[in-house]
Amino acid sequence: MNAPEKPAPPPPPPDVAVAGMTKRFGSLVALDDVSIRFRPGTVHALLGENGAGKSTLVKCLMGYYRADAGTIVIDGRDVEIDNPKQAHNLGLGMVYQHFTLVPSMTVAENLVLGDEGLPVVIDWPRYMDQLETLMASMPFQLALDRPISSLAAGEKQKLEIVKQLYLGSRVLVLDEPTSVLTPDEADEMLGLMREMAADKRISVILITHKLREVAAFAGEVSVLRHGKLVGQGQVGELSHADLVRMMIGRENVSEPASRADRPAGKAGLQVHGLTVNNDKGLTAVKNADLTVNAGEIVGIAGVSGNGQTEFIEVLAGQRNKEAGEIIVAGSAYRGTREEIRDRRVFLLIEEPLQNACVRGMSVADNLAIRNFDRAPYVRCRWLVNRKAIRAGAMKLIDQFNIKTQGPDARIETLSGGNIQRTVLARELSEEVDVLVVQNPCFGLDLNATAEIRNRIMEARNAGAAVLLISEDLDEILELADRIVVMFEGQFVYQTPRRQADVHEIGRHMASHG
Amino acid sequence: MTGADELGWWGIVIAVLGGAIRVSTPYLFVSLGETLTEKGGRVNLGLEGILVMGAMSGYGTAVLTGEPWLGVFVAGCAGATLGLLHGLICNLPRVNDIAVGISLFVLGTGLAFFLGKPFINPSAPRLPYLDLGAWSSYPQIRSALEINALFIIGFFLALFLTWALKNTRWGLILRTVGDSADAATALGFNVNLVRTLGTVAGGFLSGVGGSFLSLYYPGTWNEGLSSGQGLMAVALVIFARWNPIYCFYVALLFGGATALGPALQTVGISSNYYLYGAAPYFLTLGLLIYSSSTKHRMAGAPGEVSISR
Repeated sequence: MNAPEKPAPPPPPPDVAVAGMTKRFGSLVALDDVSIRFRPGTVHALLGENGAGKSTLVKCLMGYYRADAGTIVIDGRDVEIDNPKQAHNLGLGMVYQHFTLVPSMTVAENLVLGDEGLPVVIDWPRYMDQLETLMASMPFQLALDRPISSLAAGEKQKLEIVKQLYLGSRVLVLDEPTSVLTPDEADEMLGLMREMAADKRISVILITHKLREVAAFAGEVSVLRHGKLVGQGQVGELSHADLVRMMIGRENVSEPASRADRPAGKAGLQVHGLTVNNDKGLTAVKNADLTVNAGEIVGIAGVSGNGQTEFIEVLAGQRNKEAGEIIVAGSAYRGTREEIRDRRVFLLIEEPLQNACVRGMSVADNLAIRNFDRAPYVRCRWLVNRKAIRAGAMKLIDQFNIKTQGPDARIETLSGGNIQRTVLARELSEEVDVLVVQNPCFGLDLNATAEIRNRIMEARNAGAAVLLISEDLDEILELADRIVVMFEGQFVYQTPRRQADVHEIGRHMASHG
Repeated sequence: MTGADELGWWGIVIAVLGGAIRVSTPYLFVSLGETLTEKGGRVNLGLEGILVMGAMSGYGTAVLTGEPWLGVFVAGCAGATLGLLHGLICNLPRVNDIAVGISLFVLGTGLAFFLGKPFINPSAPRLPYLDLGAWSSYPQIRSALEINALFIIGFFLALFLTWALKNTRWGLILRTVGDSADAATALGFNVNLVRTLGTVAGGFLSGVGGSFLSLYYPGTWNEGLSSGQGLMAVALVIFARWNPIYCFYVALLFGGATALGPALQTVGISSNYYLYGAAPYFLTLGLLIYSSSTKHRMAGAPGEVSISR
């Protein structure tokens, strides 16, 4: 799109196909001879677990990677796509979850940035007119002068879509688009995509691991597993069971965690009138009250950015509170090392490599961080007993199935699932009274997910007070005995598990009331 | 003596204001230059070296050719060259811009002292000024209103840069690169190239700032000329929130603080001269403490700048 002129009615989206795509990273075959046709005007879902090759496939298509073999065919012609710019010129556009918007700039500035014909001096009044017109044709509205840093995650996602349309993309690749949205926002966004595809304005390639989205919004589906195309077809002709079988290779994953029927005990973790500020000095958690009883999982649902991270950072001792108090086992809790030890408080924070591990240290050292200064890891009071640490690590590695080259391998060389297992092993290896967990299964495959959820449930069954903060509503519905919704730093809604209604919860995730 | 008697304490105020205009010019140019560099996502701590190098090369050129404006231009080019050096080294993988800046600081001053030895004695033609105070009979007011040409250029430059960062293609690209390298790469911008150009432009302006020191005020070349102004400009940019117009105001503030000692001397207070002379350093410390916070990030800081991360 060049200078601000009224664009002609757009041609239909191109017919895109990949044939025999193969991509290797060293000895790992990320993509193995995959052929898929994305017909114009359809929503085509790429379904698969993490690491199945979905992202690799679209990155080859978008010119971020060069495939080792295979061709891309657009409207019947073989094309070479060596960089994202070429992909863009062919009408392919990728909608990212984040990181392509410039935080300090306004919506309008972000929109014109990608415009290749942007003149040296920008005629803002004309551009603003043009952008207003474009925005008016959208089913949702975003004020053009708002800075990106003030937008919620869902709004950023919408802006990414507007940006691709503004830049003239006809085939939109959506990479796990709903992971940052409330259920209603996700439905609205995907519904909109489906409508625009039906109007032949765009084609959509939807990368997802959520079966519900495939069933509700996609017309066609291709399933990838371990880099291979294992199934393909019209969504209407495939059952839920078919899709699961294709995706994980067998009927079902491990049994869902079994919940022991036990009455909730006395209060394990209490929060009274807690107020916390974020990095910008604004209130992130406002006057929050919460009680988690022993033998109970309380799940905090909410779209990310509503104060969950600040809340958990206070519980972890990583952030100071402005007001209020935290009570563990009946007395005030400040998160000092002695208190953590005496009251048996354990934490499983998101992004464990950053928040709960020392990158450069070995698996054994990371496993011993909690108690390296206590028996049996201490010799002569001041010396660390390396032998004992190593032996303890071997035991935990075995018990928790951590896949590592050995206890001496550096923690950062492990895969995400195994880092999570390592932290879990450290935090759950002793008796637990209070367990705080945040997004424990983010980015893990279905088996690792099931295993970790089972361990959390076991801790609850053994009588721990468990606080689960998760952006994955399904996870909360599966695990929690009581569900609390966090919105703009406050707990706005509470429901016991038996009466939980997804739409009611979703409504509170999006607004007060 | 007479003027000070007639104006009394007003004499100090006028001397400080006049001094602010006179002394602020190098602060202004260096901070505008550093704003450009940091908007692109890098910090150039070598400004002090660039400033001194600019002062030397500008003075030398003016001595040899008799053309002060040619001296200003050469000073800018010398600064741009040092900026280019900084930019190119920082383009290498795993190079820290702070460390490179500090070595550039030492290199620039050392090189200037070495090359500048022959120019310590000869005198160069000075840059012109606008005489806006001719109407007044007070010599203090007349001298305070001698507005130097570079100050005026700097003022319009601050306005221009504010406009350009918002309204030009280059402004948007520079801010994108400085705020999110990921976004810039996804948009197809060459992050290293843009940052290098930002550092070169910053170096040019800093060099021009240096030429002011030797060609207008104090107007000679010697080794103690800059006294840390280039380093203080880094603090100035932080306090000015990376905004060119605020740079102008804060440069005036720093200029006023620097002029405090000499101003008090004119009314006969010379007892604590060196203490008053340290006013800009106290101001720097005070402003940094005032604008710092343990609780939140600096507002307006470009996301990629290492000092604000």
